[in-house]
Amino acid sequence: MVLLTLMALITLAIVRVRNLFAVVALTGAFSFLMASVMMVLDAVDVAMTEASVGAGISTVLMLGALYLTKSREAPPRFSQVIPVVVAVGVGAVLVYGSLELPGFGLADTPVNTHVGEAYIQRVMYDADIPNVVTAVLASYRGYDTLGETAVIFTAGIGVLLLLSRGRGEDSQADGGEEGGGDAS
Amino acid sequence: MMFAVAIIAVLIAAALAVVRAMLGPTAFDRLLAANAIGTSAIVLLALLGFLLGRPEFLDVGITYALLNMIGTLAVLKFFRYGALGSEGPDKEQGL
Repeated sequence: MVLLTLMALITLAIVRVRNLFAVVALTGAFSFLMASVMMVLDAVDVAMTEASVGAGISTVLMLGALYLTKSREAPPRFSQVIPVVVAVGVGAVLVYGSLELPGFGLADTPVNTHVGEAYIQRVMYDADIPNVVTAVLASYRGYDTLGETAVIFTAGIGVLLLLSRGRGEDSQADGGEEGGGDAS
Repeated sequence: MMFAVAIIAVLIAAALAVVRAMLGPTAFDRLLAANAIGTSAIVLLALLGFLLGRPEFLDVGITYALLNMIGTLAVLKFFRYGALGSEGPDKEQGL
């Protein structure tokens, strides 16, 4: 609860601050708080992904983008009343929808009554991995994960090839930070 | 009990850092506040792991620390060279 309040405060700061460099720093802090919330909810793998992608790589990529543009945000040209109304309306609809959700960790919800129990029973016998989520991702769905990795690797190589075509004349500013992005 | 009190203290520290990140007059204040928030998140993670009796959370905390350091290095390089590309020290252009 405290973490969520801090996240809301940081979001307000991100909206209000006009210096884009400070916005990048605040986004990193927001990601770390988000990862902590995931950790409190016992979703370790999601927290790890959020920390590595949100706080690590996208901070670097945002700084790379900041180099190519100006570091101050332009003042808004149109009225901001309609966007605020739309955002508050969507938020109200989402809160209304979440009222019907079952409580966190109840035993008789659909999440806990189908195949999850079977996986929990068999995972030590089948794969000998103590974390069930890791076992499902890396063992039961191993080929699926392998395919995803191949797709991302191909996309990274494609981006590198596209960016390195202009290399040689004068445009040498790109390419360096993209190599860091693929490592995620 | 001790871990709970420590967690509350770390949360208060993170809240103070968030206040500084909101009010901070310059970008550097906000940058340092963001770094402090990241560090508080790491400590919070370790304390939570021991509170719940799962010290494996320490590994995740170490990963967070490494990521935090990567972010700091990127920011420092951005200030030193004004870019992130590997241009070499002979083409310094400053900010």
